[in-house]
Amino acid sequence: MPVILWTDAMIYLLLATGFAAALWIRKRPHLVLPWKRVADSSTGMVSLLFFSLFLLVGLLDSMHFRPALPEKIDGQQVYSAEVLSLFDVLASDMKSRSEKTYSAPLAAYLYAKESMETRDGTIIRDYPRLHHGGAHLADPASELQEDVLKRAATGAAAGGLAGVFLIGLAVGLFHVFARIRPRMPGSPSGHETRAADWKAAWTGCMQRKSVRALMLTVLLLSLALGMICNLAAAYHVLGTDKVGQDVLYLALKSIRTGLVIGTVTTLVMLPFALLLGIAAGYFRGWVDDLIQYLYTVLSSIPGVLLIAAAVLMMQVYIEMHPEWFETSAARADLRLLFLCLILGVTSWTGLCRLIRGETLKLRELEFIQAAQAFGVSSFRILTRHILPNVMHIILIAVVMDFSSLVLAEAVLSYVGVGVDPTTMSFGTLINSARLEMGREPMVWWTLAAAFGFMLVLVLAANLFADVVRDAFDPRLNQD
Amino acid sequence: MIAYLIRRILYAIPILIGVNLLTFSLFFMVNTADDMARMQLGMKRVTPEAIEKWKQQHGYDKPLLLNLHASGGKVLTDTIFFQKSARMFAFDFGMSNDGRNIAREIQTRMLPSLAIALPTFLAGLFVYITFALMLTLFRATVLDMLGVALCVLLMSVSSLFYIIGGQFLVSKLWHWVPISGYAEGMDSFKFILLPVLIGVIGSVGSSSRWYRTIFLEEIGREYVRTARAKGLSELHVLFRHILKNAMIPILTGVVVVIPLLFMGSLLTESFFGIPGLGSYTIDAINAQDFGVVHAMVFLGSVLYIAGLVLTDISYTIVDPRVRLQ
Amino acid sequence: MKSGTVSNPLHSSSGDFTQDLGGQPILHVEDLVTQLRNGARIVDAVSFCIQRGETFALLGESGCGKSMTALSLMRLLPDGIRMAKGGARLEGNDVLALPEHAMRKVRGGRMAMIFQEPGLSLNPVMTVGEQIAEVLKLHSDLRGAEISRHSIELLEQVGISDAPRRAGEYPFQLSGGMKQRVMIAMALAGQPKLLIADEPTTALDVTIQAQVLELLRDIQHETGMAVLLITHDLGVVAQMAHQVGVMYAGQIIEQASRRQLFAQPLHPYTQKLFAALPNAERVGQPLAAIPGNVPPLSAAPLSACRFAPRCEKSWGLCREQAPEWTVLENGQGVRCHLYTSKAEGVQAGPADVLLSAVHGVAQAKEGKQETTALLQVDRLQVHFPIRQGILQRAVGYVKAVDGVSMTIPAGRTLALVGESGCGKTTVGKALLQLIPPTAGSVRFAGQELVGADARRLQEMRAGMQMIFQDPYASLNPKMRIAEILQEGMDALSIARNAGERQSRIDELLVQVGLDQASKWRYPHEFSGGQRQRIAIARVLAVNPALLICDEPTSALDVSVQAQILNLLKSLQDTLGLSYLFITHNLAVVEYLAHEVYVMYLGRIVERGPAKEVLHFPRHPYTRALLSAVPKIDGEGMKSVRLPGEMPSPSRPPEGCHFHARCEHAMPECSEAYPAEAIVGPEHSVHCHLFRK
Repeated sequence: MPVILWTDAMIYLLLATGFAAALWIRKRPHLVLPWKRVADSSTGMVSLLFFSLFLLVGLLDSMHFRPALPEKIDGQQVYSAEVLSLFDVLASDMKSRSEKTYSAPLAAYLYAKESMETRDGTIIRDYPRLHHGGAHLADPASELQEDVLKRAATGAAAGGLAGVFLIGLAVGLFHVFARIRPRMPGSPSGHETRAADWKAAWTGCMQRKSVRALMLTVLLLSLALGMICNLAAAYHVLGTDKVGQDVLYLALKSIRTGLVIGTVTTLVMLPFALLLGIAAGYFRGWVDDLIQYLYTVLSSIPGVLLIAAAVLMMQVYIEMHPEWFETSAARADLRLLFLCLILGVTSWTGLCRLIRGETLKLRELEFIQAAQAFGVSSFRILTRHILPNVMHIILIAVVMDFSSLVLAEAVLSYVGVGVDPTTMSFGTLINSARLEMGREPMVWWTLAAAFGFMLVLVLAANLFADVVRDAFDPRLNQD
Repeated sequence: MIAYLIRRILYAIPILIGVNLLTFSLFFMVNTADDMARMQLGMKRVTPEAIEKWKQQHGYDKPLLLNLHASGGKVLTDTIFFQKSARMFAFDFGMSNDGRNIAREIQTRMLPSLAIALPTFLAGLFVYITFALMLTLFRATVLDMLGVALCVLLMSVSSLFYIIGGQFLVSKLWHWVPISGYAEGMDSFKFILLPVLIGVIGSVGSSSRWYRTIFLEEIGREYVRTARAKGLSELHVLFRHILKNAMIPILTGVVVVIPLLFMGSLLTESFFGIPGLGSYTIDAINAQDFGVVHAMVFLGSVLYIAGLVLTDISYTIVDPRVRLQ
Repeated sequence: MKSGTVSNPLHSSSGDFTQDLGGQPILHVEDLVTQLRNGARIVDAVSFCIQRGETFALLGESGCGKSMTALSLMRLLPDGIRMAKGGARLEGNDVLALPEHAMRKVRGGRMAMIFQEPGLSLNPVMTVGEQIAEVLKLHSDLRGAEISRHSIELLEQVGISDAPRRAGEYPFQLSGGMKQRVMIAMALAGQPKLLIADEPTTALDVTIQAQVLELLRDIQHETGMAVLLITHDLGVVAQMAHQVGVMYAGQIIEQASRRQLFAQPLHPYTQKLFAALPNAERVGQPLAAIPGNVPPLSAAPLSACRFAPRCEKSWGLCREQAPEWTVLENGQGVRCHLYTSKAEGVQAGPADVLLSAVHGVAQAKEGKQETTALLQVDRLQVHFPIRQGILQRAVGYVKAVDGVSMTIPAGRTLALVGESGCGKTTVGKALLQLIPPTAGSVRFAGQELVGADARRLQEMRAGMQMIFQDPYASLNPKMRIAEILQEGMDALSIARNAGERQSRIDELLVQVGLDQASKWRYPHEFSGGQRQRIAIARVLAVNPALLICDEPTSALDVSVQAQILNLLKSLQDTLGLSYLFITHNLAVVEYLAHEVYVMYLGRIVERGPAKEVLHFPRHPYTRALLSAVPKIDGEGMKSVRLPGEMPSPSRPPEGCHFHARCEHAMPECSEAYPAEAIVGPEHSVHCHLFRK
């Protein structure tokens, strides 16, 4: 039975908006222009590639359903109380193969010694074998290293092949696309003969530095992914956590939370910031006074405190109404959504101020006055003249905010006002692992996994944001 | 100018009322006074009479915002909101859940917070501006590119990582300073060193980049070209002309946080076990102590508004256009 | 400082310097090439010489590379632009080959530069004195108190009164003209042998421009320094230059002495520049506009004459081969194929060009008198409150417009003339009710607009429209041309259906001289002149009877300005439009206007028929304004110098607003504002000189 959680709906909505925007932009050369600059940037394209991988995982993890239980009651299909996602199904191996407790990455033994009864009845204290990690090995001590290397090599080879195939496919698609729309800018083909087409498409692609960088990254990434996939089939690549769950699985699950916080929050705050900012800047007078008062009040409260207060209240509220939630996933999800809402409400002030300032500048421009001289209604001036001219600010703010929100989630979850403790997120991962810092030898892999994934995600977002900001710099559009 | 400042300070009153109203409605939207009483009296088996008594004792027996039974000004004043808020303005924050006086607690905890936050702020300012000036001097070279790349990398790392990593490396591996704790007087130095260091490193990426943008913005202006046309050296142009002008945007972002230094840092203080306001807040959040959270929200707003006024005053120092008009 | 009549010092002194001190030039530039990173040459093989005491003017339109030439000499090119080759010898040693530390001694020392925007070119947070002292510390042996004393002397030298106090002030406390004087003082502090002045007066009003140009001439006369003057204004060249180099698309295409150039411009481009200037002699004829636009700086070097695409005289050779530099017998140099094959085109003087430029368009209906008043404005006032204090009470008013009355008959052009800040733009916007007037009445076609309700106002909007100054800000960059043109029609429900609208848009584009296909494009694909055409089409879409043109050509190059003026003129002839032409450019007024109103500090000081006001001005302000305009014939000119600057409209002087700057000021002038005095049929002034 498919389940659409609130945040899922938001993500679909966001995706649909993005898709619609892309269609809208495609027809308008002046809007395509900055995106072409993005496409010409190696950094932009490579970071976008990384980001899309994260997005893919996040999307797979956003298609939820409740599996049907085998037994039926009164002929009615019964569904499990557990909500799974498509990603859970794909990674079901990783999800199900849990150990007893901690184990290091690529280990065959548990991290802690245990008393075990040997076949002859004596009790010894030793590191027990893992149930799944390296279970196929007869004697891990001697075989482990060799097996890992072998698996890594075959995985990398397979991944490399897949990568080459992918690149070939992409060039093929580009070629077909270029033939359908021969006049598409950037495509060198169209006039050549058919035989030369493929070659032309290939060389045309490779002429651009960003495409070369992109292809190299695809190749390297597929090598790495192939390696990891192959290893993950037999080992816990990033070890296991306290209750024996695969850390790689946890980290991958955390991606969705990060993405939701980073995108849905902006989605929530955008209408506020946009509407109020434009209204304040355009109408001025008492409207401006009121809106300025509103955002000064909100921004004068230290952000964390406002979030903390709001989250505390929300917690109480949710606790008081347990009857609302069919499943624990829905409950955790609502809390996530509320967190986004609260983050959105507390963070709209900056963007609002920015948009107000820009609108103040715009309304003095002559094309606005020309419209006023025609007696064009305020509503039309706002939607046709002001809104399109502040869009670049909004876009830049959205991509810039993303990374800071992902980072903020970790901090908030640590403080205890973040996501539900049952929701997997970078913050909860770090929080749970922090206490194990004191152990000798240290349990470092959970922290490393969380920080590593977060770093790649945030770095990709930051780099992409930089490229977008540069590409949309209005000074570039002057001539 | 003076009239302007007075106006700004007077403007603080409606803002603070707004802040109070917001926190209040946030709280009472989900909690009734009855809930509070029940929570305070121990949840189980509370008689309605006990609740009424508690409410009467603590002043929660009045209507929330508007007292329609009263007359005249009392419609507004004889309410929970007014009674509780008015006290706030006199910095009387009441008692925390564990029965301590919040105002006194804040007083004693302010100092340790400041002991961490102020050195972090000053050292940070120095480091970031120096770094940014260096990047500006070497703009459009490989050095600048690498510096900016480093900044982006540093700002992509979670602040939690800096703290955990720093604690692990400096305290646990090298045993240079204690991992956490706080002491009064000279002893405090060894406790302060690491948090300050981590605090500075934690935002070196984003801050330096911000300052660099400001400097680059200034360097494109025409007076810089004039200065160069005079034959001044690049360093002279940078320090005497650009830095002076860049102070205006820099102050806008910097001065406003100075009063907020009193509030301390939530993360640093809780990780390093420093008995400041930050860890006080975090404890209160975890203990769901509304009184303390409310008090801190109010205090934070007051300090923020003080920061805004300070910003205005600081403009008069660096910008003659503000000073002389 | 009282104004007086002074004769142009050029003619007494100029010639002597060049002849006497020939021999060793101060600056000798040879084959200078400056490139963008992609290799495009924005300054291409520029060579010239400047003698001691001489002014060499680099003349050209925007984007022709003249500023880049100057910055190359100072070695202050912006990032991404570099000097590729060439030499520049300043008193014999090549500044382009100096190491950077030695170059710093030259900059501000032997070679100083002043810039176009004095408001932006001074450091806003340093006092004027400090900024001058910086130069003295660097380039003189003076130390300590001597420095501040000398700074004050320098300020006095550039004509700043009360110099000791001014030295302690910040740039924002000075007016535009004073800031440019400070810039000059700063440049003089290093006792330069060569002063580079990059459009030094472009951002200033004409009366201030006259002051600054005179100052530059005086200083040159005293010190004998050489000046490299960069300008787009033929009038400034006429007043200042001894030698002129005309630049086009990165090259010097013609070089001559001022007298030669003004007597006989050789290059077709130079000839066109002269012919494109509007003035009274050309009333009724279309101006010789140069078709097309100045090519962008980044255009790759061509193996052809760069002017060929816009040149009427171009032939096959011009498109195949770049012309060589040719020096004629009289020393005049030109880069044109007309002269490489021995002087067959020399006879093509300006008169010739004028004739060839007349395309036989209908003559203006001169002398036709319309009696019906289309627009009647009576005692219009626009006051803005000044708020101060804790409660933000209004403590006073900026009287931007203070009782302006005017009448515009149908089919006529009324020009509203004045310096920046006199309130002329506010009048335009108040007429359209874009700014609500404080008092007075505006009657359009008999209907009162002030205080009219929204619906009535909407009906009137189609009749009266506005064309704005900045073609880059007046079109929404996110809308297609078709959408822009359609906006007014939609708002005022002009066309009945989509088909009708589209055909109207096509018609409009043709009417303003644009391709029909351009309606699918976006504003950023068009040049300034084309954008102004689009702006005109936009207002024509609603069939207005009156157009308020707010400095429609001041942001455009001379050659493009002529295109727009021609268009406006022909539209008036064919559609019978009325214009309210708001401008500071008196040459344009002469060409276009039937009636002229002169505005000073929110009030009309003189009004009357264009010919009378411009040729027989009565009010001292009008006279000063007219004499401040540099005449391109340049010879034997007399000027009424106007001292000081326009006061702030928040504190206008008692009595006649102009009396503090007036050379004829009498005691009663400071007591009462003069009433209107009739000095001729339809010609009247507000001045005590004409009371009876």
